[in-house]
Amino acid sequence: MGKQEIKLMVDGKRLDGRLPDQLREIDMKVGVVDSADGSALVKFGNTVAIAAVRGPRELYPRYLQESDTGILRCRYNMAPFSVTDRKSPGPDRRSVEISKVMRLALEPVIFLEEFPKATIDVFVEILQADGSTRVTGINAVSLALASAGIPMRDMVIACSIGKIDDTLIVDLNGIEDNNSQADISFAFMPTKEKVTLLQMDGCLTQEEIKKLLEVAKNTCKKIYEIQKNTIKEKYR
Amino acid sequence: MNERKEVVLPGEFLAEKEGRRVGFGAYFEENKVFAKVLGIPRIDENEISVIPFAGVYIPRIGDKIIGTITSVEISGWMVDINSPYVAFLPLAEGVREFVDTSRTDISEFFDAGDTIFCTISKVTKNKTIQVSMGDMGNRKLYGGVTIGVNPNKIPRIIGKGGSMISIIKERTNCEIYTGRNGIVWLRGENKAKAIGAIKIVEKESHTTGLTEKIEKLLSE
Amino acid sequence: MAENYALDLIETGRKLDGRGLEEFRKIEIEPNIIKNAEGSARVRIGKTEVIAGVKMGLGEPFSDTPNEGILIVNAEFTPLASPDFESGPPGENAIELARIVDRGIRESKCIKLNELCIEPEKKVWSIFIDIHIINHDGNLIDAAALAGSVAVLNAKIPKLDGEKIIRGESERQLPVQYKPVTVTVCKVMDKFLLDPTLEDESIIEAKLSVAVRDDDKVCALQKQGREEMSIEDLEKMIGIAVEKSREMRKLVG
Repeated sequence: MGKQEIKLMVDGKRLDGRLPDQLREIDMKVGVVDSADGSALVKFGNTVAIAAVRGPRELYPRYLQESDTGILRCRYNMAPFSVTDRKSPGPDRRSVEISKVMRLALEPVIFLEEFPKATIDVFVEILQADGSTRVTGINAVSLALASAGIPMRDMVIACSIGKIDDTLIVDLNGIEDNNSQADISFAFMPTKEKVTLLQMDGCLTQEEIKKLLEVAKNTCKKIYEIQKNTIKEKYR
Repeated sequence: MNERKEVVLPGEFLAEKEGRRVGFGAYFEENKVFAKVLGIPRIDENEISVIPFAGVYIPRIGDKIIGTITSVEISGWMVDINSPYVAFLPLAEGVREFVDTSRTDISEFFDAGDTIFCTISKVTKNKTIQVSMGDMGNRKLYGGVTIGVNPNKIPRIIGKGGSMISIIKERTNCEIYTGRNGIVWLRGENKAKAIGAIKIVEKESHTTGLTEKIEKLLSE
Repeated sequence: MAENYALDLIETGRKLDGRGLEEFRKIEIEPNIIKNAEGSARVRIGKTEVIAGVKMGLGEPFSDTPNEGILIVNAEFTPLASPDFESGPPGENAIELARIVDRGIRESKCIKLNELCIEPEKKVWSIFIDIHIINHDGNLIDAAALAGSVAVLNAKIPKLDGEKIIRGESERQLPVQYKPVTVTVCKVMDKFLLDPTLEDESIIEAKLSVAVRDDDKVCALQKQGREEMSIEDLEKMIGIAVEKSREMRKLVG
């Protein structure tokens, strides 16, 4: 992780002009992949993620089947052209880890027990990466799962929060992500108020973590409203 | 009847349970009922449920469905029912008379590729599915074509008391069978027109004045 | 069986082997056990055994950190360590463990990477930390992170003769300024638990791995398991980890 001595805060504003607690421009669209059972595109500023859901469907090979419950499979991938220095196609270690934490962020909400022996497959492609790709992906998956009619206890909303130049901020872009003192990925069930994903890199005191988690919770609630409006507009 | 036309997301609070039945698309925690799927809530004095916009077909006992025979087994047939689960039609449920399997090749009754209108007769906890041809109206469907629609839209395609599907059948002079599993079978010269009408109902199922719109479309 | 064990655990406040909920098994640490490595450590927590080896080589620095050494952490869930491990490239659990150990060491600034530069923009030391699981009886992450920290603390930079690395001879220790410790806190029903065995892990679906530095700052967090948790619980778990880390750090050396 490159940590150069860049000033990320100037006169109380971030390099892209945002205030510390300001989200980037968010755009959400449902039904973008025709062959999928559910799909969505989500943009947080220049970070663009597309998610598609297939299932529940029969799971092969048979030995992977669980007789009393369905399973969730998740694949997070970055397109080679999504980043400044081309990324070799295919899963790298980071993508494998993110696929795992994403799956664990979504499993708690899905009623998998209603689909024994079946699988629900989730695919996330990052088309453009400018920080906070996994949380953008999770917001897209949430919408895709709902639009596929998958039964869930709640939606899953995600956001990133962190610390740059000793200031606590929300929704890190690429340059902030790479040069932050700390960055946290957070996924949350908005109506049940429970956390399903929490990852942090950096260096923070317990008090700073407490503050950031509170901010994360409120930010997720804001994003939830945007999701609700997106869906309600589409299905009016 | 208290029917909210507002769309709900999974997790949204619908109502207090108050002794009512929690139907499809909803779940409850303590005394509160929440939406389980994306759709339109239906709340009345007896039941709280959500009509989903989407979702695969999950078989329930009693459903009348259209299936395709995929293979002939020793004592029955495997049936594709447009679901993550495949169904089995036992010999005794497919043929009324006694069959001596050592003498008869049962593919003479149903063969791979045949389309049948049948009933879901068994659904186990692990979703092992059995169908039967025993109910009145169950039959093999000859000729014709099948199309797939969103299974959740089938009730709207049928209409109240069969009103919508009757109009389509009459106006196009087609034989039409609708399966709860989202498969529709049609036979007749004007089936393309009928399919067109069905697709419109599927797409605009949540709008009002649909019956009039379809009537108008089919009288042209 | 699983439900019974969980209830029993809560009622008695003891794990299957009789330990208290927050009690660790016996920890044994042996530094420098691998002769050919520049640094190494074997850590045993109960029957869980992990060996970490540090190997150093020469490399080109990354373009955005031209004067810094490179750190790479890898983990192998070797098939001999558990009937659940298969041969082949690292799976998602091995990758996740390596990345958690990496974060603890990297984010804490444990290794002074800027003192590993040989020729700015051209040549730096690459530090490879390889975690090898020898036996899996639960709590792999804490054992692996401990082994990594001890190996790094005892590592020596090999002597450099022009372009040639003289293995076996060294002029200085790897410059290290912190001793990060990772504690994974688990939750069963409403109780918190530390150091589960493999059998204990079968009933745990809520875990938080916390990497802590000498000054009590938290350098990494990773929630694991498929159960959702409240923010309150997560904050409590961080507190438990920070407290326990002070005790564990004394063992690092």
